[in-house]
Amino acid sequence: MKLLDRFLAGDRTALSRVITLLENDRDRRSAILDRLYPRSGKARRIGITGPPGSGKSTLADRLTARFRTGGRTVGIVAVDPTSPFTGGALLGDRLRMQGSWDDPEVFMRSQADRSHSGGLSEATPYAITALDAYGKDVIIVETVGVGQSTLDVSEVSDTTVVLLTPESGDSVQAMKAGLMEIADVLVVNKSDREGAALFASELKVIVDMGRWEEGWKPPVLSASARDDTGIDDLYERLDAHADYLSGEGRLQARRLRQGRSAIEKALGELWQGRLTVLQDAGDAMDRLSERVAQRELSPLAAAREMMDKMAD
Amino acid sequence: MAENIRVLVAKPGLDGHDRGAKVVAAALRDAGMEVIYTGLRQTPEMIVEAAVQEDVDVVALSILSGAHMTIFPRVMDLLRERGVQHMLLTGGGIIPKTDAEELAEIGVGKLFGPGTSTRDIIGYIKEEVDRRRVADEI
Ligand code: B12
Ligand SMILES: Nc1nc2c(ncn2[C@@H]2O[C@H](COP(=O)(O)OP(=O)(O)OP(=O)(O)O)[C@@H](O)[C@H]2O)c(=O)[nH]1
Ligand SMILES: [Mg+2]
Repeated sequence: MKLLDRFLAGDRTALSRVITLLENDRDRRSAILDRLYPRSGKARRIGITGPPGSGKSTLADRLTARFRTGGRTVGIVAVDPTSPFTGGALLGDRLRMQGSWDDPEVFMRSQADRSHSGGLSEATPYAITALDAYGKDVIIVETVGVGQSTLDVSEVSDTTVVLLTPESGDSVQAMKAGLMEIADVLVVNKSDREGAALFASELKVIVDMGRWEEGWKPPVLSASARDDTGIDDLYERLDAHADYLSGEGRLQARRLRQGRSAIEKALGELWQGRLTVLQDAGDAMDRLSERVAQRELSPLAAAREMMDKMAD
Repeated sequence: MAENIRVLVAKPGLDGHDRGAKVVAAALRDAGMEVIYTGLRQTPEMIVEAAVQEDVDVVALSILSGAHMTIFPRVMDLLRERGVQHMLLTGGGIIPKTDAEELAEIGVGKLFGPGTSTRDIIGYIKEEVDRRRVADEI
């Protein structure tokens, strides 16, 4: 049987291979997505983001167990950074996600971001589509530990959970990073530690000051992923957010917005692909770089020339 | 040359010697590979399940406890059962030469002992992955 037929028949090994092809094989990516995309869109997508080491993986593991108790199947994509110097990556998220390792209804995939900015890998949305088309009820996406990078996770999630810890220090830091804007739910993790209650109340004040969509103010929850406390509360709030989204076409509106941004990203990807082909094929880039270096041509004008070449 | 080589590095059983595994994991990362480290106390079943979900090219085990003659064959069997025998099963630790030869007969790859240069390990993995990668018909 061919790969996609095996995938559609529910073969887990095939699911895994499909994700690999979506990651590595730019030529066949499009053909695979043509088959899978129409079958996706049913899963609930939950993004988890927050500073490095804040407990995203541990929390995702607990949440997975909770969703399973609720009878829902789970797919997880967890992203860690690629070293810009060597191209290698140490993917450590699985280390803290072993609570459901023997549950055939849970599928977890680690991804290196392959130097893609924004906290996800270029292929993360594709892995999500694969898990969705495969039939997972819930998909949890863990970003790289974000500092102040852009925040792609909200582009692929129905609900974005922002994780902070008492030691991630002042809440101002979190605001600067833009995390507050994308949060649908805020969780103060490691609430077993000192200062957690104070930190949570500070956060609440900030949330109260902010302006939020009508009908949903991001709740500030406390949890300890390590001690498995606060997970039920989070689970209920996630359901509440799903209910909120299902009203008045809100989910539809969110997905429309995400569709638009996905097209923009895909356009960038296509241009990038063309550029690679052009660079391989000819000396156009060399010639243009020369002229830019000589100040004969501005980089913008050179790019325009390249675009004309690519348009054919 | 194969790109984006993915390697699962795991410590099976109760063996707590994890320096070697960490050294190798870091060296493979620095050689440009994507290394999934699952840590200590892994059963063969956990290892193979992780290998399948992560679709790795290489399953690399570090065993210094003397349990290699039960663990490697078991992992090999499970990989076959799951239909992923194209994955390279390799590793290192305290493994006598005669045992390594016996394991080679059932399809286990090269096993590396104390003092091995990580460059040898990297070279071996790159070569094997190049040879073993399979093309799927979609
Ligand atoms: C340090 C050490 C410890 C430390 C471990 C610290 C740690 N967190 O790792 C401590 C003190 C805790 C320890 C404890 C014990 N140890 Co001890 N320990 C050693 C020692 C001296 C060095 C191991 C080491 O770290 N080497 C440095 C690393 C970098 O080298 P390496 O692991 O060999 O890795 C290299 C290669 O083997 C290979 N490699 C290793 N893994 C992998 C994986 C892959 C994928 C690949 C490709 C290659 C590869 O490449 C690496 C780079 O060259 C060895 C003796 C020795 N010379 O090997 C004994 C030794 C391994 N220990 C031994 C024993 C018996 C024990 C104990 C049972 C002792 C006891 N009675 O309590 C306990 C068991 C602990 C446990 N829970 O498992 C025996 C094992 C005997 C055997 N298997 O037949 C040894 C060989 C000593 C001996 N000669 O008796 N130990
Ligand atoms: N005290 C305490 N420690 C925790 C808690 N949750 C996680 N940890 C610990 O924090 C460390 C990091 O946890 P991870 O789950 O790996 O954090 P992460 O955010 O996924 O980390 P990155 O993916 O590397 O950014 C581990 O040592 C965990 O055991 C918690 O609630 N309380
Ligand atoms: Mg993590």
